[in-house]
Amino acid sequence: MVAIEAAGLRKSFGKVEALRGVDLAVPEGGVCALLGPNGAGKTTAIRILATLTPPDAGTARVAGHDVIAEPRRVREAIGLAGQHAAVDDDLSGWENLFIIGLMLHLGRRRARARATELLERFGLDGAGNRLVKTWSGGMRRRLDLIASLVVEPEILFLDEPTTGLDPRSRAEIWSAVRELAASGTTILLTTQYLDEADRLASQIVIIDAGRVTLQGRPGELKDRIGGRVDVVLADGAAGEPAWTAAETVLRGIAAGDLAADRDTRSLTAPVKTGAITLPELVRRLDAAGVDVEDVSVRKPTLDEVFLAGTETAA
Amino acid sequence: MITAVTDGAAAAERQLRRLRHDPTAIALTVGGPVFFIVIFGYIFGSAISVPGGGNYREFLVPGLFATTGANILPAMVAMARDSGRGVVDRFRSLPIARLAVPFGQAASTAVYGAISFVLMAACGLAVGWRIHRGAGYVLAALALIVAFQFAATWIGMYAGLVLGNEEKAGQASILVFPVMMLSNVFVPTQGMPAWLRAVADWNPVSAFAASLRELFGNPAAPANGAWPLLHPVVASAGWIAVLLVIFVPLCVARYARS
Ligand SMILES: Nc1ncnc2c1ncn2[C@@H]1O[C@H](COP(=O)(O)OP(=O)(O)O)[C@@H](O)[C@H]1O
Ligand SMILES: [Mg+2]
Repeated sequence: MVAIEAAGLRKSFGKVEALRGVDLAVPEGGVCALLGPNGAGKTTAIRILATLTPPDAGTARVAGHDVIAEPRRVREAIGLAGQHAAVDDDLSGWENLFIIGLMLHLGRRRARARATELLERFGLDGAGNRLVKTWSGGMRRRLDLIASLVVEPEILFLDEPTTGLDPRSRAEIWSAVRELAASGTTILLTTQYLDEADRLASQIVIIDAGRVTLQGRPGELKDRIGGRVDVVLADGAAGEPAWTAAETVLRGIAAGDLAADRDTRSLTAPVKTGAITLPELVRRLDAAGVDVEDVSVRKPTLDEVFLAGTETAA
Repeated sequence: MITAVTDGAAAAERQLRRLRHDPTAIALTVGGPVFFIVIFGYIFGSAISVPGGGNYREFLVPGLFATTGANILPAMVAMARDSGRGVVDRFRSLPIARLAVPFGQAASTAVYGAISFVLMAACGLAVGWRIHRGAGYVLAALALIVAFQFAATWIGMYAGLVLGNEEKAGQASILVFPVMMLSNVFVPTQGMPAWLRAVADWNPVSAFAASLRELFGNPAAPANGAWPLLHPVVASAGWIAVLLVIFVPLCVARYARS
């Protein structure tokens, strides 16, 4: 079944078009990463799906319910941890969870038990009775995530759950996300980090400037986006003949247009994953008589991924 | 409807638990009026005469009850902070009535208002303020204080949502002081220029202060023929109704779509 589906979502804030027609289909189970740079429209999309903001146009169904016609049904099925840790500094961690349990009609006894149980399960029981204002950023973020699990949701929205965290706290959030996914929760998380999407997601949706530019399984996307080859010509050997020879070699393996920068004497070519090895590339350049300073075969940067997405969509 | 009340109770419990961790908040709420008792009661008070020759401190103390009961700041700052930090969004994503959280907060502020009243009354009694009427009047005064605080909280919450974060709320809070000063709380209004006096006499805080003076049997300020001061208890009840009718829907609508 489809957990989240959206068609033609649009949203403007004054003159800023935050979403310009977003289509989404997230299958039940697993982790879907909404990957995009700052300002891409990730938060806006999450807020619409979580019933916090109505779209200007388009439709969205979450857990089978329309976000506009049946917001309460949607809210019963979802959990949300927003972009800022929405925890109450002036309460203890335990109290934060207890109050949410009361609001969700667990009753005092079950709300108490649930708060204690969640803190233990996510390794926060040691700090549970301290005021949250004394907690570290990573702990607060984890508490924020847990606060959306007081009644275990079918679908969990996490907006940039690891932005601004140190590596250890990131790893802790990641393991919590994996554990939840394993227990059957569908998770839609947003991130600016390619590696995060790569590690966690079973599906990646790339969003840029309010549009979905590319979506698919991480493996598929990698094949589509491929790798990159960089060549930097040696200083003093960057005359026109060397330049042409290098371009010829790269065109022979490239899966798209070359990018050249004469100032830094560098050439970059997109290649299919596994299209060429480094030694082979060096051999070919050598055979063509090109004197190089540096050669590398690497994964695309995030910018290149977004660019590839934009080109594919165009 | 019943679930809205239990959700509201949870929101109220949240506010009261916060206060329990932060007793200085109560100390500040009560500390302000105590500060005014000292400044006005002992320093300026000697130069202020109450028409009819009443005791100035007996005049002042009910006015200070009124400024506390009409204080929108705690609710404004709390809602602005919750809004700025995403707590409002978290609550809005829960399957609970949209009315519940603001309602619970208003209810908890009313309880808090009653507590601060008791503490302030104790200070008042210590400096010579006295109650001259029976228990029924005192209960009516307490009910009025709680109801006024409840209504004022909705103004505060609405303002807090509009402002949207703690910093802006902090800046806006400076505006509240003149509203309190431009009333009969500290001085009788008849010495003010006519236009200013008209504003002060129609300030809801003036009617509120006058109604408490009447219910406790303390010296009153001259009404200058202003209707709200001639019928202060009715006028206060009317103000409470008007404020609720205006600000509850505004606040709920803003909360639902903010
Ligand atoms: N409430 C708002 N008012 C005005 N502009 C907004 C608002 N929310 C988002 N925007 C604008 O919409 C665009 C998308 O924002 P957002 O969804 O927050 O992106 P992301 O979460 O991917 O960083 C940005 O240009 C942002 O400035
Ligand atoms: Mg964002």
